[in-house]
Amino acid sequence: MTLPDAEQLCTQLAAQIRPHLRPDSALVGIHSGGVWIAERLRALLGSEVALGSIDISFYRDDYGSRGLHPHPQKSGIPFDVNGRHLILVDDVLYTGRTTRAALNELFDYGRPGCVELAVLVDRGERELPICARYCAHTLSESLPAGTRLSLVQDDAGHLRLESTSA
Amino acid sequence: MHNPQLGADGRLKHLITLDGLPKSVLTEILDTAAPFTEVAEREVKKVPLLRGKSVFNVFFENSTRTRTTFEIAAKRLSADVINLNVSTSSTSKGETLLDTVDNLCAMGADMFVMRHASSGAPYLLAQHLRATGRDHISVVNAGDGRHAHPTQGLLDMYTIRHYKQDFTRLTVAVVGDVLHSRVARSEIAALTTLGVPEVRVIGPKTLLPTDVERMGVRVFHDMEEGLKGVDVVMMLRLQNERMQGALLPSSQEYFKFYGLTQEKLALAAKDAIVLHPGPMNRGVEIDSAVADGEHAVILPQVTFGIAVRMAVMSMLAAGN
Repeated sequence: MTLPDAEQLCTQLAAQIRPHLRPDSALVGIHSGGVWIAERLRALLGSEVALGSIDISFYRDDYGSRGLHPHPQKSGIPFDVNGRHLILVDDVLYTGRTTRAALNELFDYGRPGCVELAVLVDRGERELPICARYCAHTLSESLPAGTRLSLVQDDAGHLRLESTSA
Repeated sequence: MHNPQLGADGRLKHLITLDGLPKSVLTEILDTAAPFTEVAEREVKKVPLLRGKSVFNVFFENSTRTRTTFEIAAKRLSADVINLNVSTSSTSKGETLLDTVDNLCAMGADMFVMRHASSGAPYLLAQHLRATGRDHISVVNAGDGRHAHPTQGLLDMYTIRHYKQDFTRLTVAVVGDVLHSRVARSEIAALTTLGVPEVRVIGPKTLLPTDVERMGVRVFHDMEEGLKGVDVVMMLRLQNERMQGALLPSSQEYFKFYGLTQEKLALAAKDAIVLHPGPMNRGVEIDSAVADGEHAVILPQVTFGIAVRMAVMSMLAAGN
C-alpha cells in the first residue's frame, strides 16, 4: 500500500481545523509524532494558538504487561487548561488506547472546556469508542495485524509515514 | 557473572546496590526520572502507573527524609503505601527479619522499600523472595549498614547531571566520613560507572577505609589540596556518635580541618556545586554560609530524589 505524503496531510489537517479555531484554542501534541504535527499546525495556523505536548508513557494501559516505555519524555503544558478549547494531536489513530491515556493525562492538568482530536491518519480497527473530529486521511483497507504505522522525521526535519511489520 | 538485581531480560528487578550495575541501566534510570520531575508541577500530582500495588516501607532503622520521599514517590505513582517502623514493633518482640517479611507478603506486598542497620539485609530479603517463589515482589534498598544507599547515589547523579550535563569532564570530591558511609560507596560506584575521570576522597585517615584507593579514587588528607579545581563537592554527614570513639578529637577540630567553609570552597572551580545527603550538621562538616550559599544544591537534591525514586519504583514494577 502506498502511503500519502505526510507534509501534504499536515496542510490538509490545518485547513480542516482553521474554521473552528477560537481565541482560546490550544494544540496538544502526543509524543513523538503528534508533537511534530502540532508544531507544523501551529506554523500554519498562527502563533496565537498555544502549543503543548504530552507523553502518555505513565498512563498506558499495557504497562502491566509491556512495562514502561524505554524513553519517556517530559510533558509540557505551558498554559492553564481550565475551561480551554484543546485540540489533541496524534499521528495515527488506531485502537484509541493512546487517546484514552492522553485524555486521562490532560485532566490531571485541570478541566478543559472541550477536547477535540486531530489525526493525520485513521487506520481503523478501534477498540474504544473514540473518533477524530479532524482527520486528513483514512486508510481504505486495513493493515495486517502486527503492522506498525508511524510518523518519522528525517535529518532535514521532513515528515514521512512509514509502515513496518513486526 | 549474573547480577541478582537484573532479570533474565536485563530489566531491573531489585535495586540493592549501584556497584556492578551497567552504565546503561544507570542512565536509563536518570532518563526515566526526568519526566517525573514535571508531574510535581501539575494540578493533580499523580500518575496511575502503580495503581493497585502495595508498597511496604520497612524501616528497621530510623529515617525521616528517605522514608518520606519514598512515601511521596509511591503515592505519586498511585500505589498504596504502608509504613512500618519495625525498630519499634515486631523485632523488639523477637520476630526475625524473614518472619516479618513473610507476614507482610501474606498481606499482599508488591514491593519492599527496606532500610536496615546490617549490610546485606535487602539482599537477603531478595534471595529469600526468590527461594520461596515470590519473584514478582521487588526490593529497594533504602540504606543498609555501611554497604549501600543506591537511591541516594542516583539522586546525586541526577543532580550533578542537571547542573553539569557531562560526567566525562568532571572532577568530583567526596568529603568526610567515607569509612562509615553507605552514601559514599554508592556515590563512588555511580560516578566511576558514569565515566567521571577523577573522583577524589578527602578526609582524615581515621575516617577513610584502608583500601579506599581500590575504589578507583585519589586520596587527600589535606582538604585545601583536595578541593583545588573540583567541579562538584559531595559532603558527607559526620555522625555524632563517631565523636565518642577515638576517631576524632572534637567536632570543633573536625570543622577546622574538614568543614566546608567559603574560604575552602573558593579553591574549587568558580561554578562548583555543593551536595549534601542530609541531615546537615551545620558548623561540623559544613558552614551555614555554604549550606545557604549560591553553590549549594542541597534542596534541589531532595526534590529530584522524589522523581528518581518514582523512576526506580516504576521500572521495578515493570520489570516484575
